Amino acid sequence: MNLKVNIGNLELKNPVLVASGTFGFGKEYSHYLDLDNLGGIMVKGLTLYPKEGNPPPRIYETPSGILNSVGLQNPGVDGFIKGELPFLNEFNTKIIANIAGETIEEFVTIAQKLDINGVDALEINVSCPNVKEGGMSFGVNPNSVYEITKKVKRVSSKTVIVKLTPNVTDIKIYAKAAEDGGADAISLINTVTRMAIDVNTRRPVFKNVFAGLSGPAIKPIALKNVYEAKRAVSIPVIGMGGISSTEDALEFMIAGATAVAVGTYNFINPTGSIDILEGIKKYMLKNSIFDVNQLINSINV
Amino acid sequence: MEYVVRENREISNGIYRLELEFDEIPMPGQFVMINCGGNTLLKRPFSICDHDADKLTIVYQVKGKGTYNLSKVKSLDTLEVTGPHGHGFDVFDKFNNILVIGGGVGIPPLLFLSKKLKAKNLKIALGFKSNVFLVDEFQKYGDVIVTSEDGNTGMKGYITDAIKDDIKNIDIIYGCGPKQMLKAVKDIAEKYDVPCQISVEEHMGCGIGACMTCACETKADVGFHYKKVCQDGPVFWAKEVVL
Ligand SMILES: Cc1cc2nc3c(=O)[nH]c(=O)nc-3n(C[C@H](O)[C@H](O)[C@H](O)COP(=O)(O)OP(=O)(O)OC[C@H]3O[C@@H](n4cnc5c(N)ncnc54)[C@H](O)[C@@H]3O)c2cc1C
Ligand SMILES: Cc1cc2nc3c(=O)[nH]c(=O)nc-3n(C[C@H](O)[C@H](O)[C@H](O)COP(=O)(O)O)c2cc1C
Repeated sequence: MNLKVNIGNLELKNPVLVASGTFGFGKEYSHYLDLDNLGGIMVKGLTLYPKEGNPPPRIYETPSGILNSVGLQNPGVDGFIKGELPFLNEFNTKIIANIAGETIEEFVTIAQKLDINGVDALEINVSCPNVKEGGMSFGVNPNSVYEITKKVKRVSSKTVIVKLTPNVTDIKIYAKAAEDGGADAISLINTVTRMAIDVNTRRPVFKNVFAGLSGPAIKPIALKNVYEAKRAVSIPVIGMGGISSTEDALEFMIAGATAVAVGTYNFINPTGSIDILEGIKKYMLKNSIFDVNQLINSINV
Repeated sequence: MEYVVRENREISNGIYRLELEFDEIPMPGQFVMINCGGNTLLKRPFSICDHDADKLTIVYQVKGKGTYNLSKVKSLDTLEVTGPHGHGFDVFDKFNNILVIGGGVGIPPLLFLSKKLKAKNLKIALGFKSNVFLVDEFQKYGDVIVTSEDGNTGMKGYITDAIKDDIKNIDIIYGCGPKQMLKAVKDIAEKYDVPCQISVEEHMGCGIGACMTCACETKADVGFHYKKVCQDGPVFWAKEVVL
């Protein structure tokens, strides 16, 4: 059975990844599962300098979903390279560094710092809804998506993935902007900007008012975005958004995703990513599919 | 992991005691995450109230849909539980005069702690709104004083007022309870310069230190630093935390 898939020049041993911000830097989950079994790990968003993030509360459960407002708390790119990367490199899995600059120049600097052994790919995060500088403000502007991709590509020898936000009217434009900028792949979706109100205080639950919705609630949104994006570009698409079962993952692959990332579901079931991978293998056996690539974009419309 | 429920019953108004078969060895102050079923998504965190051989006890208050669902669980049902998680209370042999102070559903983890403390002189101060719970079990381990806000049981008023003048000989304070209470405990500890550990709460996602949602503001060399309640805590030195 072949499970290998290619994202640009990057070969993944299987198509199941874990989504940025939902898997820390791997260490925490290594007590629950063998990281070697994952296709790759998309690490928490990295900024140029260490970042404290937003004041609590940062999470709120909604019907079939969660809103989060972490605001990219992370040790900064240097802190990651020194403090987190050595542990990750003990495992035989691909390390995809999620990068979040506050300016275009910062994206370039972070990408340069990460052009080192032990990092296999960069995921450009132009889609975080929880920060004031950078983040989604870039992702809702096709010119910025294009420019950041192009400039990062110029300085990086790594596979460059652009992570798109669903908070736009036409995802195809943004997928195309990333491709035109030279992206090796796109990943989608980041969280959906939403809100919640505390009726007792009549205040927004979150200090930033808006927060990012993830989990099963956004799966149909994500699936449509992946399906549409796939049809707008010829580079590989990494699908995510609410994936919580083997069937969910298969839906994304059938809709056009070359690989999938498990996000919020890691919180609910720490071995969820591996359970989903095992489920995909079973599905392939049952349906006599010998190469997982046969599944990709196999939708019958 | 799936664990079998031994017992789940109401021990006071809206307060339940749940006993689970459990094969991990927890430390006092640590917590477990429980999938409460129904249409809840995230697991809920609960402090470990007691642990014996292969049995774990939590005591919880029905607050919202998760704890409501949990209250309906019956013996022999199974629950999905992860843990024990977090950094619990540090137990020191050198201290003989110890104050343990708790309020409301902050009280349960202090029972497991009291059991593990080998202090000559253990004072246990428990503050309730109205109805009490677990008091007789605490009496096995030390001198217990009880207050209730409405005077239903014990002295009327706040527990932090009741112990205010009794701090001088105390070597260390351990506290858990609502934020306002922890603030008062921290103030008292700072006023009398007594070391103090408190267990704090914050809404959390994964419970294992990955999602960065359960932020607790702590002092740093410059400015502040958000630590993780689930991994760095839930127990912190009071002087470190900004409440
Ligand atoms: C480390 C820790 C230990 C705890 N130990 C106990 C205990 O021993 N006994 C007990 O009765 N309660 C304890 N709590 C509080 C308990 O977790 C909440 O009361 C419970 O999560 C409420 O869930 P719900 O679905 O009933 O309420 P809802 O309000 O419907 O919950 C909605 C969401 O908010 C979260 N949430 C709500 N209140 C809290 C809170 N106070 N702290 C953290 N998350 C919250 C829930 O987990 C859930 O994700 C503890 C909390 C923490 C962080
Ligand atoms: C708590 C939390 C933190 C996240 N942090 C990041 C991040 O740092 N960078 C990023 O690109 N996406 C981040 N995301 C978005 C996820 O990677 C993913 O795109 C999104 O949650 C949708 O997938 P899901 O529904 O499976 O979680 C975060 C999501 C959550 C829930």
